[in-house]
Amino acid sequence: MNFGLKLAAIAAIVSSTSFANAETVAPDDVKLTDGVIAASLTGEEGDPEEGALIFASKKLGNCLACHANTAMKDQLFHGDVGPPLDGVGSRWEAEEIRAIIVDSKAVFGDQTVMPGFYSLKVGLNPRKDLVGKTILSAEQVEDVVAYLATLKE
Amino acid sequence: MFRTNLVRAAILASAASICVSSANADPVDQELVIDGTLKIVTKTAAPEGHPFDEVLSGWLFRTEETRAMEADSFDNPGMLRVEEGEALWSTVEGTAGKSCASCHGDAAESMKDVGAAYPKWDEASKKPINIELQINKCRTEQMGAEAYEFDKGGQKPLTAYIKNQSLGTPVAIDLKTGEMQKWWEMGKETYYTRTGQLNLSCSNCHEDQMGKNIRADHLSQGQVNGFPTYRLKQADLVSLHNRFRGCIRDTRAEFPKAFSDELMALEVYVTWRGTGLSVETPAVRQ
Ligand code: HEC
Ligand code: HEC
Repeated sequence: MNFGLKLAAIAAIVSSTSFANAETVAPDDVKLTDGVIAASLTGEEGDPEEGALIFASKKLGNCLACHANTAMKDQLFHGDVGPPLDGVGSRWEAEEIRAIIVDSKAVFGDQTVMPGFYSLKVGLNPRKDLVGKTILSAEQVEDVVAYLATLKE
Repeated sequence: MFRTNLVRAAILASAASICVSSANADPVDQELVIDGTLKIVTKTAAPEGHPFDEVLSGWLFRTEETRAMEADSFDNPGMLRVEEGEALWSTVEGTAGKSCASCHGDAAESMKDVGAAYPKWDEASKKPINIELQINKCRTEQMGAEAYEFDKGGQKPLTAYIKNQSLGTPVAIDLKTGEMQKWWEMGKETYYTRTGQLNLSCSNCHEDQMGKNIRADHLSQGQVNGFPTYRLKQADLVSLHNRFRGCIRDTRAEFPKAFSDELMALEVYVTWRGTGLSVETPAVRQ
């Protein structure tokens, strides 16, 4: 698979954060209790390969900006603002990882610097074209959840 | 079904200790001496009420090559722009037939240490004023010339030239005059306010995560003592308000206008956060 091409294709569809799928839960309707979101946001399982691309892409998850990930050694720069995600799939259940990605503040507290990727609780003056939009779509969150589940100890 | 919070806490703690030992997590322990003679204060005790014990120049967070470039004024590409500023200093413009030099003479004397005390209170406008705005004031009120637009014309080189006359002088602004203290408070408010879709404040990156790497960038305290700085990425001088706007834009927020009240207040507050650091203009950053 051509990594670059695939990235470009994903980038092309991200700007339309629509909730087309009837099963998809809107950001404000997500049920997050005790650090857990039990059900998939789309009703379907994510695609770990897509998830890996979203994780690395600066325009999408940009998770590497803050988290090192040995499984992505080929990527030049890994941040260390958050903990390394090696073995994260063994430390947390998918239901917990989903909650962290959707609304990190509900899990770690308001002080965390990790953004909520499927949350409308944003900062002051969001860019006009992003008002009412989440960083990732529900489907993209599920893809990243599926990818992190592959990072076993 | 799920692990206890205790186990999680232990994992987070051990992860944190891994981060600390990462390659360039810390600022370097090195002295900056420009051209082997001029000692630059890059590390000093913080003023009272400061969140840090020590204030650190962004120079300490840059790579060896970038640091070396700033230590040698021949290698510092920003010095060419300072020379442009020097030429502008004595260029006559406007209906009054004057240059800066007509009123201020030799900048090496009249402008010595001046840049280290800005922004300062401007009684006429009842607002803080920075070097860029002071230049515009001279141009419109004394020279009969047009104000420079933000980042245009001679604004960056002339500002850099004036600040360069304070090279090595510790930053010290006067918060006692006029309503400077009120503007300091306003700036502080902005500094700690999270903005944009990414929901981040200045303090989240430059205070909470100082010394960490955010992808390819090594996070400094976000000090302003080197502005206008020469940025290798842009291959040009970068003004302070441009940098502020860039950082705010990176949180995916709308950003205020240059020289708006909001950014002037931020300049007052962030300049105070670097009290005691030498002026480094033109600093070299990547
Ligand atoms: C701006 C920084 C930042 C970004 C971007 C970021 N995170 Fe985080 N993340 C953190 C921090 C910091 C923590 C630790 C929790 C805390 O102390 O706030 C964390 C914790 C986590 C954890 C728990 C890790 C563990 O071992 O306990 C997971 C899982 C996680 N992040 C996943 C992600 C994913 C997936 C993305 C991208 C879609 C992402 N993060 C983007 C900063 C970030
Ligand atoms: C998402 C992270 C992030 C946020 C939020 C952020 N910055 Fe920055 N800032 C950076 C990075 C990365 C750099 C370049 C590396 C460095 O010098 O820290 C930088 C550089 C700077 C510099 C230049 C420092 C130097 O030595 O040349 C200043 C000044 C600055 N930031 C001020 C601010 C202010 C004021 C705010 C809030 C309005 C802010 N930043 C918000 C990431 C951020």
